[in-house]
Amino acid sequence: MTAHPDTIALVVEDLGKSFTLHMHGGTRLPVVSQVGFEVHAGECVVLGGPSGAGKSSILKMLYGNYLAGSGHIRVRHGRALVDIVEAEPRAILDIRRMTLGYVSQFLRVIPRVPAIEIVAEPALAAGVERTAALERASGLLHALNLPERLWRLPPATFSGGEQQRVNIARGFAGEHSILILDEPTASLDAVNREAVIGLMAARKATGTAFVGIFHDEEVRARVADRIIDVSAFAAREAA
Amino acid sequence: MISGASRTPLLSARSLAKSYGGRPACQQVSMSIDEGEVLAIVGESGSGKSTLLNLLSGRLAPDTGEVRYRMRDGVERDLARLSEAERRLLARTDWGFVHQDAALGLRMNVSAGGNIGERLMAVGDRHYGQIRDTAANWLTRVEIGIDRIDDKPTAYSGGMRQRLQIARNLVTSPRLVFMDEPTGGLDVSVQARLLDLIRGLVADLGLAVVLVTHDLAVARLLSHRIIVMKEGHVIETGLTDRVLDDPQAPYTQLLVSSVLAA
Repeated sequence: MTAHPDTIALVVEDLGKSFTLHMHGGTRLPVVSQVGFEVHAGECVVLGGPSGAGKSSILKMLYGNYLAGSGHIRVRHGRALVDIVEAEPRAILDIRRMTLGYVSQFLRVIPRVPAIEIVAEPALAAGVERTAALERASGLLHALNLPERLWRLPPATFSGGEQQRVNIARGFAGEHSILILDEPTASLDAVNREAVIGLMAARKATGTAFVGIFHDEEVRARVADRIIDVSAFAAREAA
Repeated sequence: MISGASRTPLLSARSLAKSYGGRPACQQVSMSIDEGEVLAIVGESGSGKSTLLNLLSGRLAPDTGEVRYRMRDGVERDLARLSEAERRLLARTDWGFVHQDAALGLRMNVSAGGNIGERLMAVGDRHYGQIRDTAANWLTRVEIGIDRIDDKPTAYSGGMRQRLQIARNLVTSPRLVFMDEPTGGLDVSVQARLLDLIRGLVADLGLAVVLVTHDLAVARLLSHRIIVMKEGHVIETGLTDRVLDDPQAPYTQLLVSSVLAA
């Protein structure tokens, strides 16, 4: 393995992916090939390119949610660089607990669990003491302007924007050194978009690395240190 | 942090096979589970998932292959080589088994308190007051009113019976619990409450769970890893969200795409 400077958080090398649709006669859908980039601590890399270029699929592979077809995704986990593509499920779970966080576009609602508990969970999982975890969760929900009367309620009945703010708060509540953001600001108003930009800036200052998709051009321009055009990695159909 | 790979798993199975009258129900299955891990075995009826659960829990002897368990003293033992007394002690202390039909896991003509207390008495507890206190404490944890402690499970609803069964199993602080369709046959709202309870207890107590379910939503909510079975074979295994969101095997794709999204 080549030597990487200490500030490296994530290295993607020669990453490729295609879907084989067995329900549709084994149709092969190429997604991306030969994806390569690096993300350093405290840096925000935004994936750009037209819809369908494979941006979301790349993020899902980084998180181990999609299986990579080829290549490597090396993540700094503690002092080691661990390849997500080859890691055992247990290792990936440990990486997700301590290193790699993911904010999806929608909250996956868990029945009966109050919003504040959903937000505090990643902090608790990372070993933060309960009082401190709940305090952190309150701070995040405050920053994202979720009315306090909603904190003890399960988010199932919340509006889309409220659910998404719970989702973002949860994403920022852990101890992760790398955060993957899949259009976190899509369903937010201007005030809360601003709040997310503020949360990101604070975390970048403490060395958190970001990889994300942001369709809103203003947000993108403000958060991105670099934009990578994913259409450069368009999959070429293998013979 | 200790890495999972270098340690002996809590439970491991190698090349398990079982046939019924020449019809294979489980073929060449190998797996392992660590402390605090929830493993879901999913598949349709007849896939062999319940047979696998019974093999792993020693309720059924395999034709070939072996199941090993790391006992509380740290020594790994082959289940087939345990004496009957050792196997019984294991089943009523360090293991739990939650049946889909609560009547199989409870004594229906014994009070709720008695159902919980029985497991404690089996491990040598004799102090009546303490046993009753512990039983009351567990009823509260599974959200059953203490005023119902002297009622028999026959007077309980389906959801309450299931919660009582869980309390009875957890009272001896097992490290590994087997669950066979624990939410099967319950109303949806009752199911949600039970799932939430199981999720909380598993996380708080750091339990290892082998969970058999045909319900992929239950597997997604509760499990870390998943084993997909069909006709006695393991079709696909991996991280639960990976298998459900990016299934590789044709059968897993069929299974996942057949579920109606709510």
